[in-house]
Amino acid sequence: MSLSYLLKRCGLTAYTLIVVSLIVFAVTQVLPGDAATMLLGENATPAALAAVRDRLGLDAPIWVQYGHWLGGVLQGDFGTSLRTGQAVGPVMVEALGRSLLLAVLAIGFMLSLALPLGILAAVRRGRAADLLVGFVSYIGVSLPEFVTATLFGLLFADWLQWLPATGYVPMTENPASSLAHLVLPVLTVSVMLIAHVSRMVRSELVDVLHTDYIRAARLKGLSARAVLLKHGLRNALLPTITIVALDVGYLLGGVIVVEEIFALPGIGRQLIVAIEARDLPAIQAGALIMAATYSVVNFAADVAYAWLDKRIQYD
Amino acid sequence: MIELIRRLLRTPQGALGLSIVALVLVLILVGPLAAPHDPDTMAPLVRYKGPSPAYWLGTDQYGRDILSRLLYGARATVVMAFLATALGSIVGAVVGTLSAFLGGRADEAIMRTVDAVMSIPSLLFALLIANLLGKSSVDAVMAIGIAFAPGMARITRSVALTVRKQDYVHAAIARGEGGAYIVLREMLPNVVAPIIVEATLRIAFAVMLFATLSFLGLGAQPPASEWGLMVAEARRFMHLSPWMILWPSLAIALVAIGFNLLGDGLRDALNPRT
Repeated sequence: MSLSYLLKRCGLTAYTLIVVSLIVFAVTQVLPGDAATMLLGENATPAALAAVRDRLGLDAPIWVQYGHWLGGVLQGDFGTSLRTGQAVGPVMVEALGRSLLLAVLAIGFMLSLALPLGILAAVRRGRAADLLVGFVSYIGVSLPEFVTATLFGLLFADWLQWLPATGYVPMTENPASSLAHLVLPVLTVSVMLIAHVSRMVRSELVDVLHTDYIRAARLKGLSARAVLLKHGLRNALLPTITIVALDVGYLLGGVIVVEEIFALPGIGRQLIVAIEARDLPAIQAGALIMAATYSVVNFAADVAYAWLDKRIQYD
Repeated sequence: MIELIRRLLRTPQGALGLSIVALVLVLILVGPLAAPHDPDTMAPLVRYKGPSPAYWLGTDQYGRDILSRLLYGARATVVMAFLATALGSIVGAVVGTLSAFLGGRADEAIMRTVDAVMSIPSLLFALLIANLLGKSSVDAVMAIGIAFAPGMARITRSVALTVRKQDYVHAAIARGEGGAYIVLREMLPNVVAPIIVEATLRIAFAVMLFATLSFLGLGAQPPASEWGLMVAEARRFMHLSPWMILWPSLAIALVAIGFNLLGDGLRDALNPRT
């Protein structure tokens, strides 16, 4: 991997973040309803409203407001919540930590199931196991998270009573209870990812198993196991890095829904609360942090891929 | 067309997907006529009922017939998802084809921006736009359409790049046709097939996204019988009657599975590689 590739990729990520910040600012700042009225309530006097608008800089041209906001964000200042009066940044970053825990657990769980399932389907191509995995994955990609979450809640929390229905317990307080509260959210957001990634792994591996070097390995008398493990999987699993990174976008969307349903105080729930309260700085911070997380994950995945796959020479 | 359907029916995905989608289309067309009850008539004496001969799928918290609500709701859910996908596909297709036609610096700039927009997760993007526009079905359709456009632009562009090199495009340029004419009349018709495949797969996603927005309170509003909204309302009463959640969930899943299968089947039928 060349330095110029790395630099170019850094530049692209920076451009992405600027575009994202512009979009987030544009779609929130032109919201119907004025932030000053929101802050003071319906009965505020015109003088008080004017004073608040002046303090928040709401009368300035939109691009001045954007510059002011972006300048603050670059210094780690995301503004003050209109709802709670607290600084938005620290609250969102803390919530992001909880969401990341959920996301990392989900990705780990997903990989532990999706890789074996995808490999099984590819090796047994066209047989019962393949068809079963394919069929189940169609169901998996066709269930929205709120449906899965509701059905899981109904089954595991209500009827079987194995797991708590909603809520969140910090890991430091009671690790066992904390994990028990995370099981249903992790299961829910994993369903779609398992279905998607296992299908991708299957199709990659099917392609790889048809290449000449696999035929050569078979012909030189290697065992089926060695062919699969040494020659097949290594090449088939590499693109999985990119697929998983792209799926983090789905994952973040799923996280919004799942946190709302299971009352998990992560960044998705903060965002929903902020949207309901029309809390502009909080919406902007939440959306920007989520999108930035996604960009950074994809940047890391691209770099890792370029580093691992020596055949790829970017310039 | 007939050849295409014949090829579709040859694969299990295509045959199953086509049947499910055809069934859904029939239900959308005749659903309100076939509904055994009025979807909004409340019957306080028969609330939270399970399936029975009078109410095939049971009743909800106001004693409304769930089957009738699902049949009416098919329009509110599937047609909206279709419109959202169509909107996103058209905008994306024009941008993608234009980008491929312009080429060079302009292409680079457009595509980098499209990539940047795509780094906002679809649901988040749709949430933000729905929040901006307002809480209604039409606003949710716009939101999903806009959220889909960048992805469609990317796919269209990659196809259009190959079309761009074809002789008929060179001929049009040599004839001195304008840019708009070449993009709209020469290039777009030839990138339609892959767009249709992608759009079919995206209808499945749009159904889910639309239901999710309604579920979060940013799409269809009560007393509409949109399926996502039905699940959202049923959650409060799931201890009294799980049927209320089960049926609309199944309906969403069935439609999404149908369009997913049809999309995969179409892909195989349109480019027969194997």
